[in-house]
Amino acid sequence: MCMTAAPRDFLPEELLADVIARLIGDVRHVAVGNASPIPATAALLARERGNGRPYVSLLGSPKNTFWTDGARELFDCAGQGRIDVFFLSGGQIDGEGNVNLVSTGEYAHPKVRFPGSFGSAYLYYVVPKVILFRTEHSRRTLVPKVDFISAPGVSEKNIHRTGGPIALVTNRCLFSFANGRFTLASVHPGHRVDEVIEHTGFDFDCPPTVRETPAPSPETLALLRDAVAPQLAEVYPQFARQVFGACVPSS
Amino acid sequence: MRVNMFQAAKSLDDALAIVTDGCMLVVPREVSGVPMAATRELIRRGIKRLHLVALPTSSLQADMMIGAGCVETLETSAVSLGEFGPAPRFNAAIISGAIKMKDTTCPALHAGLQAAEKGVPFMPLRGLIGSDVLKFRDDWKVIDSPFENDDPIVLLPAIKPDVALFHAPMGDRFGNVWIGRQRELATMAHAAERTIATVEKIHDGNLLEDPTLAAGTLPGFYIESVVVAERGAWPLGLPDHYAADAGHLADYARMAATAEGFAEYLARYVYDRRAA
Repeated sequence: MCMTAAPRDFLPEELLADVIARLIGDVRHVAVGNASPIPATAALLARERGNGRPYVSLLGSPKNTFWTDGARELFDCAGQGRIDVFFLSGGQIDGEGNVNLVSTGEYAHPKVRFPGSFGSAYLYYVVPKVILFRTEHSRRTLVPKVDFISAPGVSEKNIHRTGGPIALVTNRCLFSFANGRFTLASVHPGHRVDEVIEHTGFDFDCPPTVRETPAPSPETLALLRDAVAPQLAEVYPQFARQVFGACVPSS
Repeated sequence: MRVNMFQAAKSLDDALAIVTDGCMLVVPREVSGVPMAATRELIRRGIKRLHLVALPTSSLQADMMIGAGCVETLETSAVSLGEFGPAPRFNAAIISGAIKMKDTTCPALHAGLQAAEKGVPFMPLRGLIGSDVLKFRDDWKVIDSPFENDDPIVLLPAIKPDVALFHAPMGDRFGNVWIGRQRELATMAHAAERTIATVEKIHDGNLLEDPTLAAGTLPGFYIESVVVAERGAWPLGLPDHYAADAGHLADYARMAATAEGFAEYLARYVYDRRAA
């Protein structure tokens, strides 16, 4: 039995999934990598809204993958332009869109080690819409210059590059990315522009008026809780329980 | 000549004898059939100085082998416990400099193994240029594509492991192993000099004689040994067979957070055979 929420009563994860689902837009194939529960929620939401399109591939989910030729097939597909949207995060992200998934401090003598670059050093170049996602919006995570470039935000003209970042979504706001810079696109309900400036370590463009990120509609919340949450539980059981607890079957 | 390779009575310990100190061992990612029973056996045996290649990422397996002192060099694109947080023994070993890390990116590992399976010395790959992953890999080269003007591209040397080791749903008495759609296991076996598969069960008959099974079967001529290890991926899952043991993985994450807790984990779940 689902807990019924008042129309304006939503969780931060639901807002972020709604924001990301809009960024995904009208595309054919969205792929979601490891350890990305909110982007996975967004991709499944986009699929619910599109009546089964886009195709959604969730790494680690037997029910949501099309791959029959091994884990390399995702990368081969991406290299050909068959993946339209992918998501990346980073222990550090800087103002040029560089992401660091490896370590802080000197590479040979790191202070903090992150898991590693995963597919970023390839997919960032060849997936047309890469959506950067980092819930913790702080000067620790959004830095002037990353300590290690797992994947660069922009490349020299002669480097083969058919993709790259289009946006950065955090717990405070949405930035768009173009021409090597971030622009503040909207601030989430309950957050302020001066707060975003205070907690961002890199320079970004800030228009004179910044709109508030629209809250998820009751229809969106219903889709998330009734249709998306049970699918999510297959691949992110802990997350699905925490966020949508009442809606996920216990078995 | 290797004859009578597939004596069903072969023990896990015997099968693993070809995994020797200092060898290059390739293992699959956390959701493809990780040979955890075999991993515990290798740790009990005190294997040392491995060059561990995890295709393309790892979780519990790499973390345990690093914590137990089995690994000299790790070549992979990421190690974490996923929903259970960072991989504590991996992180500690990187910070203390206890292992040599060859950071890479997922498709670069696939490409290096594909070069080996084709018997060619290298494979080109897009991306990478401008990344520090490339900067710190002096074994990778950038060339101008010989087919285009001013089109730099990265070349990756073939990765030729001594041994591939994985866990699969079933094998047969002819040495064939059914891997289903976990085709990266085939890439590993094709690239490696020798392959050991642990399996849930032995299939009665020849897997290659049934066309629906043959398509997902790795032929026996790639395989050195097939050994039955029921629930051999535990506490990780085996795709389409059983899920990961979330409670156990949460316990691991908690215990392995300190060297003392990790030692206690090994004592309880690895060195005491009754538990595992």
